[in-house]
Amino acid sequence: MYKIGVIGDKDSVLGFMAVGFTVFVADDAAAAASALRSAARDEYAVIFITEPAAKLIPDEIARYRSTPLPAVIVIPSKAGSEGLGMTSIKKSVERAIGADILFKESN
Amino acid sequence: MAEIKVNPNRMELRKLKDRLSTARRGHKLLKDKRDELMRQFLDIVRENKALRESVEARLAEVHRSFTVAAAVSSPRMLEEALMLPKKEVALQTGSRSIMSVAVPVFKFDIVGSDSSDGYNYGFAFTSGELDSALASLSELLPDLIRLAETEKTAQLLADEIEKTRRRVNALEYTMIPSLEEAIKRISMKLSENERANTTRLMKVKDMMLQRAILERHGAESEA
Repeated sequence: MYKIGVIGDKDSVLGFMAVGFTVFVADDAAAAASALRSAARDEYAVIFITEPAAKLIPDEIARYRSTPLPAVIVIPSKAGSEGLGMTSIKKSVERAIGADILFKESN
Repeated sequence: MAEIKVNPNRMELRKLKDRLSTARRGHKLLKDKRDELMRQFLDIVRENKALRESVEARLAEVHRSFTVAAAVSSPRMLEEALMLPKKEVALQTGSRSIMSVAVPVFKFDIVGSDSSDGYNYGFAFTSGELDSALASLSELLPDLIRLAETEKTAQLLADEIEKTRRRVNALEYTMIPSLEEAIKRISMKLSENERANTTRLMKVKDMMLQRAILERHGAESEA
């Protein structure tokens, strides 16, 4: 049985508590990194992380890119989307194909 | 290009030719694998993009309702209301194989949702915005998990495609040319040896003929 975690600033993640996710409040890089690490060690299959928090620890997140579990997924924070999640999809496309063919028309 | 250094003989030539045919076969297989992975990947990444767009838009909606809810009630009250969830999301993970890349499949159950309405707080001290925010967040749940699944799948496939592409390129641009080069070198060396041998034999034959003629001349002049 796996759980779902959410990492981010308090205002953005509080609501997820009520739908049964486990919430890790993290306001700085160290807290976010340690939350991510302990969540990955525990039985969390999906870890959502808000964009501002994800921005602080890109290396930590990159570490879980090629492992089957956990899936670390960036979600927009309360402040709105900064496009970081889309950038991560774009990065996957670029790695796989060598050129960005999906987002050409949108930029 | 790395040169393959071997003794130029038939044995080594045989071995190199075998290696070349294996490399060619491997190259073809890997190329097919790469193409198929790419096709699957494109489907998944398109779905991923669409899902992310819709999830981000709807999540922004949820955040907006939450902001309103937070504005009309005190932060402590809000936290208290949300602190003890009535339901829990239990995630089952499986894995499925796309071209022998293991990708996760997530299935989730909401434990405790059947008891009453799923709201874990009394309505007396909270605002209506909170209710609607939570309701739309619950609705978003399946899509969030689906997003996690497709995004992870896309990442894993991208990884595998990159690896396969490297292998294909290494075979195509390094391994196969250097094997061909070595085979060419050996077969040229062998035919060169062959020619050297023929000329040597011809030379020896000439010398023997010369000697025979001289001997006969000597015998005739003596007689």
